Amino acid sequence: MIKDITIGQYFPGDTFIHRLDPRIKIIIVALFIASLFFIDNFYPYILVVGFIYGAVQLSKVPLKFILKGLKPLMFIIMITFVINIFMTKGEVLFEIGPLAVTKEGLRQAVFMALRLIFLITGTSLLTLTTSPIALTDGIEKLLSPFKKVGLPAHELAMMMTIALRFIPTLLEETDKIMKAQMARGADFESGNILRRAKNLVPLLVPLFINAFRRADELATAMEARCYRGGDSRTRLNELMLKRSDIVTLGAMILFFGLIISTRYI
Amino acid sequence: MNNIMIKVENVTYEYKSYIEEEIQAAVKNLSLEVKKGEFLVILGHNGSGKSTLSKMMNGLLLPTSGDIYVMDMNTKDEEKIWDIRQKAGIVFQNPDNQIVATIVEEDVAFGPENQGIDPAEIRKRVDDSLAIVEMTEYKKHAPHLLSGGQKQRVAIAGILAMNPDCIIFDEPTSMLDPTGRIEVMNTIRKLNQEEGKSIVLITHYMDEAVQGDRVVVMSQGEIQMEGTPKEIFSQVDKIKELGLDVPQVTELAHELRKEGIDIPGDILSVEELLKLL
Repeated sequence: MIKDITIGQYFPGDTFIHRLDPRIKIIIVALFIASLFFIDNFYPYILVVGFIYGAVQLSKVPLKFILKGLKPLMFIIMITFVINIFMTKGEVLFEIGPLAVTKEGLRQAVFMALRLIFLITGTSLLTLTTSPIALTDGIEKLLSPFKKVGLPAHELAMMMTIALRFIPTLLEETDKIMKAQMARGADFESGNILRRAKNLVPLLVPLFINAFRRADELATAMEARCYRGGDSRTRLNELMLKRSDIVTLGAMILFFGLIISTRYI
Repeated sequence: MNNIMIKVENVTYEYKSYIEEEIQAAVKNLSLEVKKGEFLVILGHNGSGKSTLSKMMNGLLLPTSGDIYVMDMNTKDEEKIWDIRQKAGIVFQNPDNQIVATIVEEDVAFGPENQGIDPAEIRKRVDDSLAIVEMTEYKKHAPHLLSGGQKQRVAIAGILAMNPDCIIFDEPTSMLDPTGRIEVMNTIRKLNQEEGKSIVLITHYMDEAVQGDRVVVMSQGEIQMEGTPKEIFSQVDKIKELGLDVPQVTELAHELRKEGIDIPGDILSVEELLKLL
């Protein structure tokens, strides 16, 4: 189950999309998401599908891989679809018992489902083609203008880096503790939800204690390596905007501007 | 220019134990000097105060009384603290908990990045440090996929990239498998002999202690013995009294002597004994 989630995974490569500056990629994805919610008829979606398809082809990430990432979220998409069908008021098409399916509802439901699907594919394409380090760097740089109003941009990025660094370590540890507890007769697999949740306690307690100990040791190690916050810190790989980054950004602003403007035509 | 790297003067470190609310001393009125280019081993069992001492050597902990000087800078001087930490780097026990970044070379760059060094210079230092610990081919790897010994070598490279004059190792091998231990010990020796770094190795493994130039045995916060490995380990009975072991070969030689066989009591390696017999 955990292995099925492709969101947040990185698919190494050296394509145009991979080389694009992370800041530009984040801005493009933000534009992309905004435009998804501006679209109010079906034709612009053809452009969106074309855009995603083109981007996937350029990035050389197998399409299957991206679609696999949709699977665990299918449930949420279905629920949204069903709720929208039944809960929107309007011209009644037909009724199933007390539930009425309306024309507006059907339309709304299809739109919402499409939006979610595109949203997930678009954002997972971002994380698939951007290494976690580049991603946090990009976020830090994009947020840095807000430092003036007190937003801790560097600290947020550092927290993300450390979280990403320790996810595999903690997963490994969970596995180890689980086996140790199973060897002593703990049962994580049977019983109803309440019982299972209760059985997780002997797993979570040592995991938390260890996580705190790790945090303490990591903090000491960081201090020993002269860490004193983000000011006056330099980077091994400074982000540099290339000409192609700017051109791409310009083109994308035009493209999404066009899509958004379809709403007002 | 004097040749003292770290000077510990009458240092005591006290902490309050949480259970009994009484003050306990981890380190008691201890004085010690680490010379430039020296390979010093601090030997002691758990709770002897050796880890506390190591953390005081680069200002992570401050002594309750007494002073510690790193290249003539007092660790109590807040303005100098970052210089001190740059001069005296420290490598900890658990390799997992000292690696910050998700890619090996980014982690090695962490120290110099904090010091605000120019990116081109960082690149050079990262490449050099990884070459010294022989991890160059792994520079783009994710740390969690490496073995324990490899992770610890990455941690060493991370300290090395800050360009310290002295590196303190706080039980660097105690969480590693035998192969990892050998890898790390070879790296430490290389740093001392080829790179000219002063080394302070804190350990409870005897076979690691014999590799030093000078050994200090600690127990209950005090120095009990001091001398070359040969001087220390020839006193088998005293070492055992302190709850420590001597290397197996030394023990064998000791037993043979007791049986009346005429061999010196300061044998530290199998080869040495073999030559004599």
